[in-house]
Amino acid sequence: MTTTTITMPGRYRFADAARMEWVKLRSLRSTWWTLAVTIAAAAGIAVAVGVNTEDGSADLTNNALAGISVGLLMMGILGVLAATSEHTSGTIRSTLAAIPNRPLVLAAKAAVFGVVALAAGEAAAFVAFFAGGAALPAGIAGPALGQPGVLRAVVLGGAGYSLIGLLGLGLGTVVRHTALAVGLLVGGVYVVAQLGAALAPALMPYLPIAVVANSLTVVQPVTAIGDVRFLSPWAGLGVLVLYAAVALGAGAWLLAERDA
Amino acid sequence: MIEVRDLSKRYGATVAVDGLSFDVLPGAVTGFLGPNGAGKSTTMRLLLGLDAPDAGQALIGGRRYRELPWPLREVGALLEARAFHPGRSARAHLEALAAASAIPRSRVEEVLGLVGLDVVAGRRAGGLSLGMGQRLGIAAALLGDPGVLLLDEPVNGLDPEGIRWMRTLLRSLAAEGRVVLVSSHLIGEMALTAERLVVIARGRLLAETSVAELSARAASLEEAFLELTADGVEYRARPADNPERRVR
Repeated sequence: MTTTTITMPGRYRFADAARMEWVKLRSLRSTWWTLAVTIAAAAGIAVAVGVNTEDGSADLTNNALAGISVGLLMMGILGVLAATSEHTSGTIRSTLAAIPNRPLVLAAKAAVFGVVALAAGEAAAFVAFFAGGAALPAGIAGPALGQPGVLRAVVLGGAGYSLIGLLGLGLGTVVRHTALAVGLLVGGVYVVAQLGAALAPALMPYLPIAVVANSLTVVQPVTAIGDVRFLSPWAGLGVLVLYAAVALGAGAWLLAERDA
Repeated sequence: MIEVRDLSKRYGATVAVDGLSFDVLPGAVTGFLGPNGAGKSTTMRLLLGLDAPDAGQALIGGRRYRELPWPLREVGALLEARAFHPGRSARAHLEALAAASAIPRSRVEEVLGLVGLDVVAGRRAGGLSLGMGQRLGIAAALLGDPGVLLLDEPVNGLDPEGIRWMRTLLRSLAAEGRVVLVSSHLIGEMALTAERLVVIARGRLLAETSVAELSARAASLEEAFLELTADGVEYRARPADNPERRVR
């Protein structure tokens, strides 16, 4: 009797899990549609805001990046789906049969999705910045990347997409149901932001949408809304990283603990 | 070989597997039989490490599944029809699994041809018929050319030609010296495919025997199976009656 098992040295590693996640992400048409619409939305809104600009002394960089908030939601939902679609389709069983080390699977998924979302997010932010600048009426000078704080605002705006996407991935891994996870994401990122402003203004600077709009993408610091002070750009980045890390950490723990 | 030792698993108040022990040896197709809800699928999930047992062990070649260095090269499993994303093509589904296991791209085309999916491999897998989906599951199981195969209801949704194809495939895989465990509640099909049998009900072992031996207890294998599972009595061939069991 002979068995035909191929003997291979070593064992599977992070790189193998990452290759699997990359094939899975790129082989869904919805991934590319979502990324394309995210970039188009950022550019479209930047042009609309640019054309209607009257005050040349406003934070024109922040204005050009206004469309990020639309794409943020799409990127967050893409992150949710990257996790929940595995559970709803049953693919998770195939995934875990190939790579039984569950935290490694989630780490690879987060790395691959995070990098793809960062690349698309930076593309969206830069396209929006240039499109918004080009759409300004004659007589209003567009911002330049060389001006203080401008490059930082654009780059951090792009990073915001990736971090909200990773927050979605973590939420999706925790709750496993698409509708519930999307509900939590939209509620947490958008709805709570509206209510928070009214009910507990002190929380406002920590809400994801406010961090992106009023901390990451600003050139002229915003301290508006009564006596509420928004976070500095780098502190805002840290808060978003923390949110994504907490969601992914909880997801990794639950993925390892629960039956698949 | 597969070793299941005192395995137990409950989901809430439901006991799915209850102190189950049996072995599956290479070289013969082993049928895994039991009524609906007997615990067959749960046992397979425990073997694959998808669910964690409350007690006992499920070992493959002496190791727990999660300890295997390249799982898909050692164990091929078909757990449920359609364990794939409907928006992804059959080819991409297999390419992802191949990427995880350092299996060459050429092997993906090979198994697609083997299961007869090469023509539809580029289309969205969501459009595949139940039988086609089942073939994709078989392709995934065979991808790593594993020495152990765990197949849960593999003939579900297959047409008569497909059922015969599956029967021939399973027998030839076993003849190559692989461990082949196939669950089914189609007794007639198992009578034609399997040589060995593990019969369970309510999560407990009823019989660990051969098809010939169980068939001899009644007019047919089906009769014998129904009597066995109706009684709920534990029956185990003693090693003295059954020299094959000692082959390890």
